[in-house]
Amino acid sequence: MNIIDIISQPWHWSVSGVGIVFVMFILLWFGGNFGASSNLRTLCAIGGAGKKTPFFDYEWKNQMWNLVFILSAIIGGYIAVTYLGSSEPVDISQSTRAHLATMGISTPTKVSEGLGYVPAEIYSLDAFSSARNLLLLCAGGFFVGFGARYAGGCTSGHAISGLSNLQIPSLIAVAGFFIGGLMMTWFILPLILTT
Amino acid sequence: MKSIKYILPGILFGIVMTKSEAVSWFRIQEMFRFESFHMYGIIGTAVTLAALMTFFMKKTNASDISGSKITFNPKDISVPRYLIGGIIFGLGWAMTGACPGPMFTLVGHGVWPILLVILCSILGTYVYGVLRDRLPH
Repeated sequence: MNIIDIISQPWHWSVSGVGIVFVMFILLWFGGNFGASSNLRTLCAIGGAGKKTPFFDYEWKNQMWNLVFILSAIIGGYIAVTYLGSSEPVDISQSTRAHLATMGISTPTKVSEGLGYVPAEIYSLDAFSSARNLLLLCAGGFFVGFGARYAGGCTSGHAISGLSNLQIPSLIAVAGFFIGGLMMTWFILPLILTT
Repeated sequence: MKSIKYILPGILFGIVMTKSEAVSWFRIQEMFRFESFHMYGIIGTAVTLAALMTFFMKKTNASDISGSKITFNPKDISVPRYLIGGIIFGLGWAMTGACPGPMFTLVGHGVWPILLVILCSILGTYVYGVLRDRLPH
């Protein structure tokens, strides 16, 4: 087994955790910090939102490094699926599969099935023509953007950077992430997907 | 063009997000249903290691590549903004199965509808900026 084969397997969670911290280390060493969602604010500022809204009136050019970082993640995603693709699909637990099936979401059992990391019923271009899915993706994206800025960070900024710096506000934010995520997963999403 | 060097960690981040399966809608559902340790293992390992790294960087007054001290800014103490903002973020995270990092990574996977998610997340950020002064913080 060569090195590419080894990297191509799905990574153990501990390896993934080390990988994230390695990325964070490089960012800190380069003089940056680890926080993905502030790029959404930068994109608003680049689009000229600062003319009317003071929140977007800042030196966004100082944030270009972060935009380069997050746009490069697109290349990383491409490399990972094109050259380091796994031979098996996402191996989630049987109980989650069974639950998703009750909502009409099928979990791929072979890499040739589905869309890989996301469900075809929500993320295929066919599914894209359904009003329900459009609403799901639009509202979901809106909540992520609105909530991340309101809370002052997302998973990277609060759950990783903030918690590791022992910040109580980040702990409150992460508790919020879970309250919202649990409400959606257990109550709202089943309603949306089964109607 | 000091930003160019960030291409490398960016590519690495996209690879890590993919191979860790943190980009997966399925994994996020599984996490919120407490049916696997996978995502908790990733976040737990990352937070523990990052906490050690942060501690040692502070202790040794570590400096970055340009010689400036690496700083960790404390966040302002408050409850409403983190709790309410966090809840709204969590709702969206469980719907789309993607937080901002994975959103961009999924573009590289050719999951085109994620572009709509990104567009709406930019819109959400914009609306927050407009309403900011009227929201409890």
